[in-house]
Order: sequence, then C-alpha cells, then structure tokens
Amino acid sequence: MKTVIFRTIAPVLVAIMVVFSVFVLLRGHNEPGGGFIGGLIAASAVALYGIAVGVEEVRKALRVDPLAIAGFGVLLSSLSGLVSIAYQVPFLTGLWTIFHFENTEIAVSSPMFFDIGVYFAVLGTLAAVALALEEDEDQK
Amino acid sequence: MATTEETQAIMESLPPAMLEKATAAADWVIILPVAIALVCGALLLMLRNSRGTQAVFAALSVIAILVCEVDLFIRVLETGPQAMTMGNWLPPFGISFTVDMIGVLFAIGASFVTLVVIIYFQAEIVAREVRNGFYSLIMLLLAGVTGAFMTGDLFNLYVWFEVMLIASFGLLIIGGRKMQLDAAIKYGFLNFLATTFFLIGLGYLYGMLGTLNMADISLTAPNAPVGPITAVAALFLLAFGMKAAAFPVNAWLPASYHTPDPAISALFGGLLTKVGAYALLRTLLLLLPGSREVLDPVITGIAVFTLILAPLGALAQTNLRRAVGFLVIGGIGAVFAGLAVPSLRGVAGGTFYAFHSMLTMTALYLVAGLVERMTQATDTRFMGGVYQFNSPVSIMFILLVFAAAGLPPFLGFWPKLLIVEAGLGMQDWLIVSAVLINSLLTSIAGTRLWAHIFWRSGREGDEAEVFNDRLRPLTVIENRASLTAAVSLVAVIMVLGLWPNLIFESVRIAASDLLQPERYVSATGLEVTP
Repeated sequence: MKTVIFRTIAPVLVAIMVVFSVFVLLRGHNEPGGGFIGGLIAASAVALYGIAVGVEEVRKALRVDPLAIAGFGVLLSSLSGLVSIAYQVPFLTGLWTIFHFENTEIAVSSPMFFDIGVYFAVLGTLAAVALALEEDEDQK
Repeated sequence: MATTEETQAIMESLPPAMLEKATAAADWVIILPVAIALVCGALLLMLRNSRGTQAVFAALSVIAILVCEVDLFIRVLETGPQAMTMGNWLPPFGISFTVDMIGVLFAIGASFVTLVVIIYFQAEIVAREVRNGFYSLIMLLLAGVTGAFMTGDLFNLYVWFEVMLIASFGLLIIGGRKMQLDAAIKYGFLNFLATTFFLIGLGYLYGMLGTLNMADISLTAPNAPVGPITAVAALFLLAFGMKAAAFPVNAWLPASYHTPDPAISALFGGLLTKVGAYALLRTLLLLLPGSREVLDPVITGIAVFTLILAPLGALAQTNLRRAVGFLVIGGIGAVFAGLAVPSLRGVAGGTFYAFHSMLTMTALYLVAGLVERMTQATDTRFMGGVYQFNSPVSIMFILLVFAAAGLPPFLGFWPKLLIVEAGLGMQDWLIVSAVLINSLLTSIAGTRLWAHIFWRSGREGDEAEVFNDRLRPLTVIENRASLTAAVSLVAVIMVLGLWPNLIFESVRIAASDLLQPERYVSATGLEVTP
C-alpha cells in the first residue's frame, strides 16, 4: 500500500483521526461517545499509519510499546476508582469538582479519568494487535 | 421543560437512589484484593521489558493481597458477611461485592497458591515468557479468580469469569509450543461455550426476576415459577459443571492442563476448576435452592460418575501430569457429592474439599514438575528410580497422594468424613459408597504412579537391576526456588491436616451462610422479608 497518494495523505488523516478521537472521548459523558469508541478511532489511526509507512516507523513514532499504553489505561482506570478511599465512599464512586475559568465551567471528575483509562486500554490493545498483524504482512 | 421547582419536587418524591452511609477506609479490604491485583497487573504490563524486578513486585503484591484477605477473614469470622456497593448506588441496582466465609476462604487459598507458584516459577523462568507478560497475566488471573469469589452480583461474576478465561488463555499459550496451541483450542472453545451457557442463563434469570444481585435473587427466586427457574438452574449446572470439569463435560481438562510449564499447570489445577465449583455452590445453594432439589438426581448422578470415573482415568494414564489432571476431576466429584447431600455437614464438606483441592492439586502439579525435570520425561514409562535419587520429592508425592485420596490424618480426610457423615445422615448410600470407592481408587491410582516413578529402579521394560541412567540432579536454583516452594506448600497441607479446627469452624460458618442466606442478604443492605 505504499503508493505516493496514500503516503502523502495518511499523516493528515491520522492527525484528524487522533484529534477527533479525543473529541469523542471528552464528549462521551453526556452524549454519544466515550473512552471505548474514542480508543477505537485512535487505534484505527495507528493502524492506518502502519499501513501507509510501515510498522517500524509507527513504533518509532509511538515511542512506547502499545501494550504499555494499554497497561497505563487499566492503571489509570483503577486509580480513578481508588481515589474515593479519601472521601469515605466506596470504590468507583463518582467524584466531581468544577473549576471556573473566566465564564466557563470545567468539570473534572473521576468518571472522566476512568474513561480516559478505557481510551488508553482500548487504544493500546488494538494498536498492538493491528501492528502485530501488519508486521506479519511486511515480512512476506 | 419543567421548571426548577417542578424538577425538585419530582426528585424529592422519588425513593433514594444512593446509600448515604459513610464507608470507613478500613472497609476497603473488601475491594482491595481485586484492586491491587488489577493495578499490579497493569503496572507489570507496562514494565514487562524490565527484567528482574517483576518477580519481586508480583510477589510483594500477592503478599499485600493476602494480608487484606486475612484481615477480611477475621472480620467475617467475627461479624459475618461484609459488603460494599460500588459507586454507592442502592442495592440491588449498584454492583455489590459481598464477601462471606466461603468467598474469603477460597480467596485466601487462591492468593496463597499464587504466591507459591510465583516462587516456584523462579527456577524455570524463560525470558521470552516474562517479556510476553507472564507476571501480568498471573496477576490478572488472580484478579479474575478473587473477583469471582467476592462478587455479590451474578453478572459481575460473569465478567470475572471472562477476565479469568482471557488470562488463562494467555498463560496456556505463552510458551508457544505446538502442543499448547492444540490444547488452547480445546480449552478455549469449551470454556467459551460454558461461559455462553452461563450468559444465556443470566439473561433468562434477569428476564424472570428483574435482578442480578445475588442477595436479591435469593429473596425473589422462591416466588418465581418452578419450571423456568429450574431451566435456568440447569443451564448454570451445565455451565459451571463444564468450568469445574465434572463428568461428562470434563474432556478439556486432561487435554490441556499438562501442556504448559508445570508452574502454570499448578496454578490452573489449583484455581480454575475451583471457581466453577464455587459458582455451583453459590448458585445452587444460596440463589436457587428450590431448583437444586428438583435437579438432585442429576447432581447425584454427576457426583457418582465423576467420583468413580476420574480415578479410573488416572489409573489408565501414562503421562504424569495428565494423570494428575484426572485426580483434579475426582476432587470436583467430591464437591458435587457435598452438593448432593445438602445438610450443614454435606455443604461444609464440599466447601472444605474444594479448599483442600486448591492446595493439594497445586502441590501435586508442582511435585510432578520437579519429577519431570529430574527424569527429563513426561511419560511415567520412562521414569523410575527417583526414590533413590531424591527422597524428599518422593516423600512429598506419596503424602500428597494420601491427602488427595483422603486417608487420615491428611487434609483430604476431613472433608470426605463430613460428606460421608452427611450421606449417612440422609441415608444416601449411593453418595457414601461413591466417596469411599473414590478414595480407594485414588489411592490405587496414586500409589501406582508412585511405584512406577519412584519405587521401580529403572524405566519400564528394563531389568530390575538396571538403574535409570537419565536422571539429572536438581540445580541450585531449582532446589532453592522450586523445591522450597513445593516443600512449604506440602508443609502447610500437612499442618492443616493435623490441626483442621480453624478450617472446620470456617467451613461450618460458610455452609450455614449458604443454607440460610439471612446474614448474606442483610450484609448487602437489603431487607430480609419473611
């Protein structure tokens, strides 16, 4: 798939997909979206880039092992549940604080960090699977 | 659009949705074992390329889990079942972790066995397996098993089953040998099938009762029509029977457990089937006792066939770890026997047997692994002369055979005594004779293995004077890690066999909470209706 057209357009597409995945992740609390679907979009961006430029390039660009990203995601999700130990409420209870910045309200909550964890877990797992599959193809 | 006042009025007229009670930090021991295992598994996944520190980190986390569970055990012993409902949503809508005696007892057994296996594994470390996430899979397996033992929600139980299945799938194929892939297909397919049956049963149950909280099910199930609810119970029996490897759905276990490294075999033999046995005890006794009565002839049949056919299978095997696999299945038969005579003694006996089987079967696999390493063979026909060569290993093996067969004063004797007493009390001669025949056959199968591997001086077909020349001594690291781990596990089994009082007391509490769910229900925070 290393055509000139595809290789030229792929970085642009990948950038758009990653930004969009973050948008989908953050709107997920009250509207359709969330960590799982966001992670899927980001993972397809990684897979797409892998098809365009080869797996080695992607691994270099990611810097960390995709499975380590997945592990970080599970860690973040678990920790977001563990924060509530300090507030005398059970595991995974939603905790909210709202910051006021100029005239906007910025809600920061433990469910959001949980969802970000899901995002990384899905991104890492599927990117690892996709890259492993593409690696096989490269060897042929 | 409703105005703010209207919304407020509606909100106030609704019943409360959240628990208002504060949760003391000390209550967190209910969730910490699972949370620590998950966090540690995730961290180990991130660190899987760094060598050396992983084993220490994994062992320390298992010790931390064990400390939490012992604290939880003491609380359950003193004040009865403990519960925590995630996110403070009112049960039965929130997902509860409800820990009673059987759950915490099995969880302690599981983490202890995991700790022993991690130490044992130090002698057979393969760098590639560690890089492929061996330790993080172990921790995820422990998280799945512990979660299954502690959850108070049937759907959540399904989730932990999946966590466990995925982790065990990874561990089974981590060596990448052809035989392992073959085993993984059988193991994976049949276990996915079992989980699917479980899920179908869950769907029916939710459709009928509108709840999946275990305590709530035990309250509402008696009002449901007998026929459909028994169909659900039958589905659970099939699903968990497959997971537990009871006859006639046991074929996957001897086909897969002998293929990975001995340490992984030991972990599987100790943990996986016991989760199936636990789920059976939980669903058929606490949740759907009425259906258990209807299914009683089936359960008795399964118990009798499993008890008798499993040791016969072990007798017919020449592969050492396959034979041990059949002994694991025989133990499941004993748990079914306890389920077939559901008096306080019978259930206590079944619970006790499952706990004993966790420790003993793990130890048997560990010792089998040592034997395989010394003889450099997996087939008992090519073993022999190990008694002269390494007597500690042979003594451990024969002690474990006695414990598995249930000869006094070893650990397996006490649960079988309880089950036989319960069978005599209920005049269930079939169960009584099956348990006794199982003991006889297991000791024959086990001593036959012992005679072939240890007693006979050479390999099969050789002259009696010809000594087995292919034996190789254990290396220093094997002595230091594997032998020490196996010896300490066997020592614990012996000590518990000689002083079984604490376990007797705990399984009595466990059985009475399974048979009379009032304490379990009120711990969850639901009203006990007469």
